[in-house]
Amino acid sequence: MRIVVDWDRCTGMGMCESLAPDVFEVDDDGSLIVHSEEVPEGQEGEVREAVASCPTEALSLEGE
Amino acid sequence: MPRLVVVGASLAGLRAVEAVRRDGFDGDVTLIGAEEHLPYDRPPLSKEYLSADECPDPRYREEETFAGDLEVELLLGTPASALDTTGRTVTVAHRAVPYDGLVIATGAHARTLPGTEGIAGVHTVRTLDDAQALRAALRGGARRLTVVGAGFIGSEVAAVGRKLGLEVTILEALETPLARAVGERMGRALTHLHRAQGTDVRTGVAVSEVLAEAGDAAERSSTHGRGRVTGVRLGDGTEVATDVLVVGIGARPTTDWLEGSGLTLDDGVVADETLAAADGVYVAGDVARWPNGLFSGVVDGPMRLEHWTSAADQGGRAARNAVDPASATAYETVPYFWSDWYDGRVQFVGVAPEDGADHIEVVAGDDTEGGPFTAIYRAGERIVGALAVDMPAEVMKYRRLIGGRKSWDDALELAEQRRAARAQKAAEKQREASS
Repeated sequence: MRIVVDWDRCTGMGMCESLAPDVFEVDDDGSLIVHSEEVPEGQEGEVREAVASCPTEALSLEGE
Repeated sequence: MPRLVVVGASLAGLRAVEAVRRDGFDGDVTLIGAEEHLPYDRPPLSKEYLSADECPDPRYREEETFAGDLEVELLLGTPASALDTTGRTVTVAHRAVPYDGLVIATGAHARTLPGTEGIAGVHTVRTLDDAQALRAALRGGARRLTVVGAGFIGSEVAAVGRKLGLEVTILEALETPLARAVGERMGRALTHLHRAQGTDVRTGVAVSEVLAEAGDAAERSSTHGRGRVTGVRLGDGTEVATDVLVVGIGARPTTDWLEGSGLTLDDGVVADETLAAADGVYVAGDVARWPNGLFSGVVDGPMRLEHWTSAADQGGRAARNAVDPASATAYETVPYFWSDWYDGRVQFVGVAPEDGADHIEVVAGDDTEGGPFTAIYRAGERIVGALAVDMPAEVMKYRRLIGGRKSWDDALELAEQRRAARAQKAAEKQREASS
């Protein structure tokens, strides 16, 4: 399962980081860092939640 | 075949129907909406929808998605008018729509200033139609904008006004704007953001009258024909002249259609921790008042939120519980909201205790000039809230602590780690610059 970010939509809100901090992090300038584009094993639930919680719908999953 | 009916076609309603379909629910699903529009994204309506030269399309999904992928019957354009919890039907126009599981997500509607009906140039910002009208007004040659209410919506509209080059005045009844949402001290800090951008913020003032004069022919012949706004008279007699008046004094949950339904109505529909308001009836979004277990003992009684995040989450949870009440699960959340002012962003997670002032600590930056800064909120031994102005990397790290019921000491430790991390980054940057 791969994480896809629509960079035009992402505004660095950080909900994703609060739900899946090993995968997402917001940098000081508000840009999103994706630590692992491939969803780490055992973190599928958190990442799914993070995707659903994005207020700008900037996140999606490929190969679910 | 079980049938899910969702009343309210905004974010919570949309997420409700999407959640059960994603889970494989194969019963009938009906989505009822008072407005004619397909579900649309509300947060931009007081921000870039007004300010951007190219008007963005705020709809979440295309119409085909509902009929196709989601197999959802849409009933848009007429509000539900009654609920019969015994016969399990919702009335829409003259049709009784039967349900097995029901999600109520009728949201809230903007409060208005009494006596301003029919005066051209007076706006609220809640619906897409509201935003379209305000967009046209702000960009149609207006010079002065006055906003009643220094809450988040009013503040965002004021910021848009400045961005578009208007003279902007905010009139706020409280001495400190946003004191209830973020506490007195932080309310003052946020007010600096406005003043730094040349917005005239007047606090502790009452609007006693909205002034209007006969407008053009169209305005005179409109339904009420009350003319066009020219200004506002305050309690002390001062007059503030304006071309556009925006009323941002909060919203009321839309529950009038539920009078007599037997549901408990108390500034929202009262529900239990699983969002159940009655047998088979669940609530979600701005209309829902439910006990958020994460803050029991911190805040009194059930809570009602008007935030994007809780609406989205509750929509999904309420619908899942509604189609399978036997395995209904509780909904707990760390509230989150954001607000975009000028070129900055205000973010808040958690709750601000009533007696917040003594329990707030600024852990990064400086709040006396309006930011950037991060502040954390304490209740007893717990961290319960965090506010950040233009520090996007900070607030969500505290959200995890709040959700994990972590202690104040844990929060201070994180603050220390973050301070060290920022210092290291700054040093690295300096080295790069000098090499």
